[in-house]
Amino acid sequence: MKFTLSWLKEHLDTGADLQAVLDTLTAIGLEVEGVENPAEKLAAFRVARVLTAAPHPQADKLQVLTVDAGDGPLQVVCGAPNARAGLVGVFGAPGAVVPANGMVLKVAAIRGVESNGMMCSTRELELGEDHEGIIELAADAPVGARFADYAGLDDPVIDVSVTPNRQDAMGVHGIARDLAAAGLGTLKAVDVPDIAGTYPCPVPIAIEDAEGCPAFYGRVVRGVTNGPSPDWLQQRLKAVGQRPISALVDMTNYISLSYGRPLHVYDLAKLKGGLTARRGREGEEVLALNGKVYGLDPSITVIANDEGPDGIGGIMGGEESSVSETTTNVFIECAFFDPERIALSGQKLALTSDARSRFERGVDPAFVEAGLQLGTAMVLELAGGEPSQVTHAGTLPIPHRHVDYRPERCAELAGVAVPGDRQAQILQRLGFTVTRDDVWKIAVPSWRRDIDGAADIVEEVIRIEGLDKVPSTPLPRAPGVAKPTATAAQMAERWVRRTAAARGLNEAVTWSFISEEEAAPFGGSAWVLANPISEDMKAMRPSLLPGLLAAARRNLARGAEGVKLFEVGRRYLGDTEHPTVGIVLAGAEPRDWRGGKRSFDAYDAKAEALVLLAAAGAPVENLQVPTAASDVYHPGRSGRLTLGPKTVLAEFGVLHPRVARAFDLDGPVVAAEVYLDAIPPKRGGQGRMRSAYAPPALQPVRRDFAFLVPESLAADQLLRAVKGADKAAITSVSLFDVFTGAGVPEGQKSLAIEVVLQPTEKSFTDEELKAISDRVVTAAAKLGASLRA
Amino acid sequence: MADLEQMTGDWLARIGAAGDLAALETERVAALGKQGVVTGLLKTLGGMSPEERQSEGPRIHALREAVTAAIADRKAALEGAELERRLATEGLDMTLPVAGASEGSVHPVSQVMDELAEIFADLGFAVATGPEIEDDWRNFTALNIPESHPARAMHDTFYFDRKDGEGRSMLLRTHTSPVQIRTMQSQEPPIYVIAPGRTYRSDSDATHTPMFHQVEGLVIDRGITLGHLKWTLETFLKAYFERDDIVLRLRPSYFPFTEPSAEVDVGYTIQNGRRVLGGTDHWMELLGSGMVHPRVIANCGLDPDDWQGFAFGCGIDRLAMLKYGMDDLRAFFDGDMRWLRHYGFRALDVPTLSGGVGA
Repeated sequence: MKFTLSWLKEHLDTGADLQAVLDTLTAIGLEVEGVENPAEKLAAFRVARVLTAAPHPQADKLQVLTVDAGDGPLQVVCGAPNARAGLVGVFGAPGAVVPANGMVLKVAAIRGVESNGMMCSTRELELGEDHEGIIELAADAPVGARFADYAGLDDPVIDVSVTPNRQDAMGVHGIARDLAAAGLGTLKAVDVPDIAGTYPCPVPIAIEDAEGCPAFYGRVVRGVTNGPSPDWLQQRLKAVGQRPISALVDMTNYISLSYGRPLHVYDLAKLKGGLTARRGREGEEVLALNGKVYGLDPSITVIANDEGPDGIGGIMGGEESSVSETTTNVFIECAFFDPERIALSGQKLALTSDARSRFERGVDPAFVEAGLQLGTAMVLELAGGEPSQVTHAGTLPIPHRHVDYRPERCAELAGVAVPGDRQAQILQRLGFTVTRDDVWKIAVPSWRRDIDGAADIVEEVIRIEGLDKVPSTPLPRAPGVAKPTATAAQMAERWVRRTAAARGLNEAVTWSFISEEEAAPFGGSAWVLANPISEDMKAMRPSLLPGLLAAARRNLARGAEGVKLFEVGRRYLGDTEHPTVGIVLAGAEPRDWRGGKRSFDAYDAKAEALVLLAAAGAPVENLQVPTAASDVYHPGRSGRLTLGPKTVLAEFGVLHPRVARAFDLDGPVVAAEVYLDAIPPKRGGQGRMRSAYAPPALQPVRRDFAFLVPESLAADQLLRAVKGADKAAITSVSLFDVFTGAGVPEGQKSLAIEVVLQPTEKSFTDEELKAISDRVVTAAAKLGASLRA
Repeated sequence: MADLEQMTGDWLARIGAAGDLAALETERVAALGKQGVVTGLLKTLGGMSPEERQSEGPRIHALREAVTAAIADRKAALEGAELERRLATEGLDMTLPVAGASEGSVHPVSQVMDELAEIFADLGFAVATGPEIEDDWRNFTALNIPESHPARAMHDTFYFDRKDGEGRSMLLRTHTSPVQIRTMQSQEPPIYVIAPGRTYRSDSDATHTPMFHQVEGLVIDRGITLGHLKWTLETFLKAYFERDDIVLRLRPSYFPFTEPSAEVDVGYTIQNGRRVLGGTDHWMELLGSGMVHPRVIANCGLDPDDWQGFAFGCGIDRLAMLKYGMDDLRAFFDGDMRWLRHYGFRALDVPTLSGGVGA
């Protein structure tokens, strides 16, 4: 909401300077977003008279002028067709900066003739679009005066951000009321004329949609002369960024800006019959004043004539009945539209307008007659004519609301004890009627539909009293050291995240939404946005891998040699959101002069998955590893980590080449996902206390075995079988070699394992060792394993 | 017996001249072996008269000891030299590089969330969470944002063409405030929580991304005032930015779910062309806050005459940028390893009260 300081002062009797006004506006919740004084950039421009004008000797289109800007004649070269002796215009001396283009004027020879400045056009001074010629001022304009002063441009333009709850601040008068309440002066009462009219209104009006348009007032003014509005009005409108159109249209904008009260003016000659506020109908269309056609439906309130919709009620008038320079008879509409309906219709039509921004906040229902009268007076003043009587339809929805209020509530809620007298003063200045009793009865003014409870009253008091008065008050603090607050799931995430980073992975945060194509290999998305920002950000990710794969591709494209990324985030499945860790390893490990492998394989992914599961508190020693994860992975080089047959804690493996190709990734890419919410919660133990420390008294014994097994046998099966061969003696079994080739028959492989035996009471005898050894071999044999010779 | 002294001198010279361990062994055998010269002299002691033995014995033994010691010394010297020689051939280029610890990194958003959790834990706030795919009742209606509120417009909110079991439209939460609703619905006051997480708005330009992170704060208790809100925010920001000169300015504003509402500006100075928080040279808007609207409390099944409190919301990405100096929000979500290494944190940079909540 923009307005000028002088405009404000028409509503506020104040001696406050600009800075005080700005500071107070922000302090009371009307945040100043900008302030600009057009006079500042025009300070160097003066009123000047052209004394003589002669043709330029070298150029047909130029003239050589002598100009008096108060300091005697100066020679100026000018190309404006309207430049002539006697013209009074605006002169920029050398050193002045032209607002429109930032050019610094200086003494220069133009086609061989010295020029000592410039006579300016409207556009050059950013005062309008006109660039046909130089500005022409009244002949009696004071030569030598500062142009900005003469033109009344020394008037700061203030831009405040009005929050959606403040219907009253959508007009200068309401802003003045707030400032007056804050002690910055006295609000000037609105002088509403009482223009009775001399004949009945000839336009019949009716309301069929009392919900959308509860009240509709209007009147005709006959015999108007529409033309450009006077300078003072044009200047005001231009100052706040509005384009002057004609006296009648400018009037509606002026009333709207001054009082937050939109009006609409129809050309009676173009109106077909009466006006009815009704719902739109399916298939109806209207050509709005912005030149666009809008489709209507029964959710939208329209103002219709006998033939169809004429305008979109409270949002934008129609082009067909709009006033023009030839308009002689007009109908002025002043209606009350339902705020909710306007908001929804505006959203539906994606149409914003000054009228909508006011009606959807809610205009003052008690200011409808006044708005119409003020508008009428202005029409008569600017365009003449003869007004009809006012015609009324519907009932004004004036709520007469009261709030019960205890003044102590201010201290209870805001922490500041504002004395009762002061609270009452603030409220009264804001237009509330305060009846002080044990419990105050506060009548809410008709222009504050946002106020409906004691908390609102506290806000009114405190924003005017000043939020800087709120004392910083410590929260009560529990005695002792602060208690831990993180949940088990939050702790698991922290451990996983920092473990992954400690292992050399970089944590990425990627978009939650991906393209449907990217989601497809991962089973597609259960949640597709109805209004995505782009096709690339449309489907909620069913896996963390697509985002990480795309990031890996970008990194490789930027020249990264190896990419090690992880993300801790959610997968969005049909049922709910699942906290998940995703890992992608792509490209190559850096070269090392000591050798070692460079490309990533499925076992790297398995290692990361296992470490992160352990970090998250999963019982990793009990996991099974069925081969083949979901089909985004290589069918023979991927696996799951499961707890029992059903609970899948993680998947890992080499990415399926088809998926890698879909993500434009060359070379092997390995990946893993850890499903954090699948990990069973730890059973409550004995608190922090560890079990008693009891190291074995005797040294362990190690025995190596090399078995020949069928090539298809999963090593894990052999290790489990061996471990189960003697549960008392065998404490661990580990595999240290896998070999195929010379000495190993076709279709078999050699698995070498180390078995650790732990004696308890006394050392093993040779017989005992032999017996254990035999049990190991027997257990292995059940899987088709034989001791390698 | 001048010849014994002569012999001692001769043997020491021979031993000293032994050039390697083999030559030294030859001399040892020649002197002290079974057939050795010194051994032979020792044997002559048996045939001597007691008087002769008295005088010759010590001298012969002295000879033996001198030779034995000389051999041991020479052996140690030769072995030492031999080791030196061998070690001299075993040199390696110690300037060859070794693989450093493979350094990963923690994303700034995660780090800042951990910092927030740590700071607010000290103030007695737990961390609450909620779904990002929300229903419009919790995201809007329960928060006192009626259907006609501008924030509900399609251009702000991402919607799904789905409804939940209760017929509520599903959407991506536009703020972390629905966690307020979920928390009040699921736990009895007093409530002291923060709720960090992903939020979404259909907005994309230089300073807005369609996905971003917010932290919500909520206190519901008895006797809580705007003054407690102010103190909490001051205390939090001083701890977070690790500065005592953080100054806040509360400005009246409007949020449908708080009443009274306040925008919170924080003072900053410009140093080397960058914003540094602290002082009061300039002001910038940092968060929105207010006293929880009585209707919101009632919507959650609590009695607003009994319980009241405050809520605030703040951008986490922005907090990170202001503290650690990133200037491009979009880079947060690109996964560029160079950026992650530059702005990320070491695994062990765990924020703690004793070690500091910054890294």
